[in-house]
Amino acid sequence: MKKKYNTYSHNISDKLVKLLLTFVTFFSVSILFLIMIFLFKEGLPVFKVVSIKDFILGKQWYPTSTPPKFGILPLIAASLSVTFLSAIIAVPFSLAIAIYLSEIASNGIKQIFKPTIELIASIPSVVIGFFGMVVFAPFLQNIFKIESGLNLFNAAIMLSFMSIPTIASISEDAISSVPSSLKEASYALGATRWETITKITLSAAISGIWTSIILGLARVLGETMVVLMVAGGATTFPKSIFSPIRPLTSNIAAEMAEASYRSEHYYALFAIGIVLFILTFIFNFIANYISEKYKFKYD
Amino acid sequence: MKKRARFIEKFSFTLIKIMSFTIIFFLLFFLFYIFSKGYSALSIDFITKFPENNMTEGGIFPAILGTLFLIIGSTLFSVPVGIMTAIYLNEYPINPKLLNIVRMMINNLAGVPSVVFGLFGLSVFVIFFKFGSSMLAGSLTLGILNLPLIIRSTEEALKTVPDSYREASLALGATKWQTIRKIVLPSAIPGILTGIMLSMGRAAGETAPIMFTCATFYIPYIPTSIFSEVMALPYHIYVLATAGTEIEKTRPIQYGTAIVLIALVLILNLAGMILRYKYKKRFEE
Repeated sequence: MKKKYNTYSHNISDKLVKLLLTFVTFFSVSILFLIMIFLFKEGLPVFKVVSIKDFILGKQWYPTSTPPKFGILPLIAASLSVTFLSAIIAVPFSLAIAIYLSEIASNGIKQIFKPTIELIASIPSVVIGFFGMVVFAPFLQNIFKIESGLNLFNAAIMLSFMSIPTIASISEDAISSVPSSLKEASYALGATRWETITKITLSAAISGIWTSIILGLARVLGETMVVLMVAGGATTFPKSIFSPIRPLTSNIAAEMAEASYRSEHYYALFAIGIVLFILTFIFNFIANYISEKYKFKYD
Repeated sequence: MKKRARFIEKFSFTLIKIMSFTIIFFLLFFLFYIFSKGYSALSIDFITKFPENNMTEGGIFPAILGTLFLIIGSTLFSVPVGIMTAIYLNEYPINPKLLNIVRMMINNLAGVPSVVFGLFGLSVFVIFFKFGSSMLAGSLTLGILNLPLIIRSTEEALKTVPDSYREASLALGATKWQTIRKIVLPSAIPGILTGIMLSMGRAAGETAPIMFTCATFYIPYIPTSIFSEVMALPYHIYVLATAGTEIEKTRPIQYGTAIVLIALVLILNLAGMILRYKYKKRFEE
């Protein structure tokens, strides 16, 4: 009888545990919704003073003038241009690292190289921003004889440094998971290692590489401190790669402290949060779609 | 033809090596530069004393303490919630379609920009729950930010535990929860710890989420309750470097603070990496 009682109590505790775990999981998943709800709650009221179209396509951001102007197009242009430019810099370096690690480096080098690249990802963004501000900006100013080193170009360099570990490590996983039978077939046909890499391995791993690039770009787009400290902060359209700019993220960080609670300005900053939320959602969706759709079919 | 192909190969491999090592070189230069500039500011007093004389002298003790509090506070939230979620997702039967959606949502949560977490923390913890700008609000915000990381690393650790372990335990009459608690979790612990270390490093370094939820430029005392505002290392660097009247004068302190923050984050990350390395070895044997 005693044994039966034991099993019974164990079953009860098992059920309780399962209930608790279900509840906690539900809570974890609901956080994404909570973020959405609160962003909308605090952001949507701005559309009483400005239409969605004027908000997104408006060319002037003067939140404290009378009447205030809440047009975020220059901020969107800033975010996109810095993301694009940093991708141009980061992608070749990241792919070089991914190819080097998966195809060229010896095991010994790999074991040191890989964690070192991972360490870059752990450097706090505020320190990278600090470096861009006090070291790289004066350097740029001297080299290119420009008014200020705090600009789009500087931000793009610092951001690409930050996004290289993301792009490189996911690409490397994709390249390493290409079955060796494909490569061997290529060698057997007389291709060199380099020909095999460019024509066989990379094209077999292309979906993983795209996923890595998109995730890297999402990280750049959402990064705040580096652009806040380094990009220059002017709310105008970027005219050259040396223009000071202010991306969406840094605009929120720069102005939240001065926006009084539940003012139009405050609502507008939350509305920018909504835009950012939607943009990163789209990026993630695309990354997810690519990696699901082109999942490796050679097994 | 063959000769040309060989030449192209050699050229490309060299280029790839140069590009790869350029990044490592940049990293080393970066660390070396900050260290060489901030080295002179470091001393025992620097990490144990309060700031003095309008921040231009003295130490950064309260900022170190604040960051440690925030690490602990955020971990207290993210670790239990994250581990429980991961256990449920990995160990219990869930409709695969639903599981896919849940995974996608957690991935999406991981992709939300940190400044948006800051907005969320501001509107929910600071305003809605009336915690005010406080350690509690900041810790919860950072905890939520780290939640996807903990979930993911725990799930990965659980996946490396062979199914034969579970089956053996269940066959001996253990219940599901007993199996998880006594067999699965102990085998997965090193992997879970790695994730925790990495997330602590992240909590230490994040700035945007704490700007609106808990960070303050200066408090002359040690925070006494979870409703106090705190100083934090990353915010300290940001404010000293961008605001105030003594930007040039406090430059050594800025570099010094950056060294302390980098050291803290690197130690946490290295600890995580070493754990993972040992763990991998154990399973390969």
